[in-house]
Amino acid sequence: MKKQLMTAFLMTIATTVLLGILYPLAVTALSQIFFRDQANGQLIPKDGHLVGSRLIGQVFTGPGYFHSRPSAAGDGYDATASGGSNFGPTNQKLIDRVNGDTSRLQAENPNTPVPVDLVTASGSGLDPEISPAAAEFQIPRVARERRMSEDKLKQLIAAHTRGRWLGLLGEPGVRVLELNLALDAEK
Amino acid sequence: MTMNGWIQIIVFLGVIFLIAKPLGIFMARVFDREKTFLDPVLRPVERILYKLTGVNESEEMKWGEYCISMLIFSLVSMLVLYLIQRGQGLLPFNPQKLAGVAPDLAFNTAASFSTNTNWQSYTPETTMSYFTQMAGLAYHNFMSAAVGIALAIAFIRGVVRREKETIGNFWVDMTRATLWILLPMCFIFALALVSQGVVQNFRAYDTVKLLEPQHIQKTGADGKAVTQTVSEQVIAQGPVASQEAIKMLGTNGGGFFNANSAHPFENPTPFSNFLQMLAIFAIPAGLTYTLGIMTGAKLHGWAVWSAMAILFLAGVTVAYWAESQANPLLHGVDQHATLMQSGGNMEGKEVRFGIADSALFATVTTDASCGAINGVHDSFMPLGGMVPLVNIMLGEVVFGGVGSGLYGMLIFVVLTVFIAGLMVGRTPEYLGKKIEAYDVKMAMLSVLIFPLTVLVFTAISSAAPSFGTSATSNSGPHGLTEILYAYTSTVGNNGSAFAGLSANTHWYNVSLGISMIFGRFLVIVPMLAIAGNLAQKKAIPPSLGTFPVTTPLFTLLLVSVIVIVGALTFFPALSLGPILEHLLMNAGKAF
Repeated sequence: MKKQLMTAFLMTIATTVLLGILYPLAVTALSQIFFRDQANGQLIPKDGHLVGSRLIGQVFTGPGYFHSRPSAAGDGYDATASGGSNFGPTNQKLIDRVNGDTSRLQAENPNTPVPVDLVTASGSGLDPEISPAAAEFQIPRVARERRMSEDKLKQLIAAHTRGRWLGLLGEPGVRVLELNLALDAEK
Repeated sequence: MTMNGWIQIIVFLGVIFLIAKPLGIFMARVFDREKTFLDPVLRPVERILYKLTGVNESEEMKWGEYCISMLIFSLVSMLVLYLIQRGQGLLPFNPQKLAGVAPDLAFNTAASFSTNTNWQSYTPETTMSYFTQMAGLAYHNFMSAAVGIALAIAFIRGVVRREKETIGNFWVDMTRATLWILLPMCFIFALALVSQGVVQNFRAYDTVKLLEPQHIQKTGADGKAVTQTVSEQVIAQGPVASQEAIKMLGTNGGGFFNANSAHPFENPTPFSNFLQMLAIFAIPAGLTYTLGIMTGAKLHGWAVWSAMAILFLAGVTVAYWAESQANPLLHGVDQHATLMQSGGNMEGKEVRFGIADSALFATVTTDASCGAINGVHDSFMPLGGMVPLVNIMLGEVVFGGVGSGLYGMLIFVVLTVFIAGLMVGRTPEYLGKKIEAYDVKMAMLSVLIFPLTVLVFTAISSAAPSFGTSATSNSGPHGLTEILYAYTSTVGNNGSAFAGLSANTHWYNVSLGISMIFGRFLVIVPMLAIAGNLAQKKAIPPSLGTFPVTTPLFTLLLVSVIVIVGALTFFPALSLGPILEHLLMNAGKAF
C-alpha cells in the first residue's frame, strides 16, 4: 500500500511534466513555426490596429452593414464569455425573442420569410457566419443604404462565401466581418 | 433531411469501419508487448518512467491489487488537480492573472476530470489559467483515458486467461496506453487542428477595435436606463489545440472555452469537425477489433462492432430527423432546408455545421462518453435532445468511452449470454468460460449503480424548489429534463449538459461530484471482480448447447438486452421530460 502510494505520487509528477508541460510546449513550438497565423487566431490588422479575428463574429446594427446572428455571449459576441442561450424549443423567452426579431426584419424586407439562422442564436455566441440565404435577405436594405446595386452586393457575398469542404462536409456560410470590411473598402 | 446530410453520416461510419482493424491490431500488439514501429523512440522513455516511479514491469497483479493501484492513482492525481486549481494564482502561465478556484468548484472539477467526465460547472475563459488547463485538465484527459484503456485490456485478459490469478500490471498498461496510443495520435491530431485554425499560443487575450461600436441599453444600479458604448472586443486565446486533441481522442469532452467545440477557436471548419468526431470513435472502435484478436475470435469483435453500429444509426436517425423539423411555435421564419440554408432548428447551432453535423456530433459525443458539444443540447428539439440523453442512459456502450465503452459493453455481453442460457436451459458460457452466479451478480451490480444514482439525485433535486429546481433556466417538462440530463451525464461520466442548469452551486457541485465518482469507480470495481473471477476458471470446449457469440443472432440479442434494460429503467422519467414536451409543443404550448 505504501509502495503503491509512492508510485502513484511519482507517476503523477513524472507524467504531468511529460503530458502537461512538454507536450503542449512542443505542439506550440511546431504550430508557431508552421501555422503561425492560424495558431494566433487569424487576427485582421487595419490602419495600424486589430479590427477582429476572421473566426470570431461581431455585432452589427447599422443598416449599411450586413448583420450577424443574435448572440447569447455576454452582451453579444463577447469573446471571453462564449455560449448559447440554452433556451429550449418551448421556452416563451425564445419565442418572444424570435418573434420580435422577425417582425423587425420583415419590416425592412416585407413578404419574405426570414431565414432561420438570422433569428436564432448560435451555440458559441461567436458564429462568424450567416447562411447565404440570410445574406441575400439583407441585400435590399444594404443596397438602399449604400446606394449600391444589388448585383454588386451579390458578387461581394459570393466572394466571401465559404463552400462545403470538398463539396461534401458542413454547410456553406458567409463571413460577416470580412464581408463588411469589403463593403467599407468599396467606398 | 437532405441527401448531403445522409452522405456525410454514411461516410463517417464508413471511415470508422475502415480504421477499426488497423488500430485494433496495433493496440493488441502494444498490450501483448510485441514489437511496434514506435519502440525505438518510446521504449527508452518507458524504461525511464518505470525507473523513476519504482515500477517492476515484469510483475503481474491479481484483480484486487490492480483495482487498488488504479484507485490510489486516481485519488492522488485528483488531489493534485485540486491543489493546482486552488493555487493557480501562484503558478506560471497565467497572463490573465486569474485567482485560485473556490473549494466546492475545485472539488467538482477535480472529480470531473479524473473520472473522464469533464462536467464543467465553470466558465473556462474567466476561471482557469493556461497552466491549470494544460498541467491540470489536459493532463487528466490523458490519464483518465489511459486508465480506461488499461481496464478494458485487463477485462479482456480475464476472459482469455485460463486458471490464472493475475490480469496484468496496472502501471504498465496505463503507461503503454499513454505513450504508444494517446500521445502519438494527439501530437499529429493537434497539428492537423491548428492547420484548420484551432489556436495554440500563450498570448494574453487580444483586444480588437470593433468595426462598428455598439450602444447597449442597460439598467444601472439606481434603476435608471444607462447607455453603454462598447467599442472593443476581447478575444480569449490559449494553448487550445494540444488540449483539444486529447479532449476528443480520450473521449473526455471538457472544452477549453465555455462553448466547447461550438467555439470557432476550438472547432473552426467542417473538416476539423469531421476529424473531431472521428477522434471520438477511433480508439473505442479499434478496441472491438483488439477484443477479437486477443480472444482469438475476430468475428466476436465484429459482432460487437455491429451491435454498436446499429445503435449508432438508430440514434443519429432520430436526432437528424428531429432537428430538421420546423419549430411549430415560430412564425414568419423560413425553416426549410434549401441550397442556401440548412433550415431546421438552428437555435444553439453554428452555420458551418448546420443540422446534419450538429445532430451527428450530438449522437457521437453521447454514444461515447465524450461530452464535447458543437451545438447546444439544451436548445435541441424535445426528441432531438432525448437522443443524447438516451445514449448516455444506455450506458455509453455504443463505441463508448475509450476503454469504458468496451468494458461496459462486455458487462452487457455477460448479461446477454446469461439470458440466452436461461432461454435454452443451459449453463451460460462466454468464450469457453462458464458464467456463474457470482459473475451475473457483479454484472447486475455494475448495471444498477447507474440508474440508482441518477434517479435518486434527480428526484431529490426536482422536489426541492430552494436548491434544486431554482437552478433550471427553462420551465415545464424541459426543466425536469435539464436536471435529469445533469445527473445522467455525470453518473455516465459523459460531461455534456443541458447547460441552462446553473450548476455552480454548493448542492449541484457536491452532488454531481459524488455522482461522477460513483458512476466511475462503483462500476469499475465489480467489473474487475468479474475479470479476476473469469481468469481463474478452466476453459471448457464449445458444445452443441453453446450460444455462439459471433453471429448476427448474438448481435441482435445484445442490442435487445441493452435497449430493454435501458428502456425499462428510464422510460417513466423520459415520458415526463422530453416526450411530454414534444406532445405539448405540437399542441402549441410554450412555457
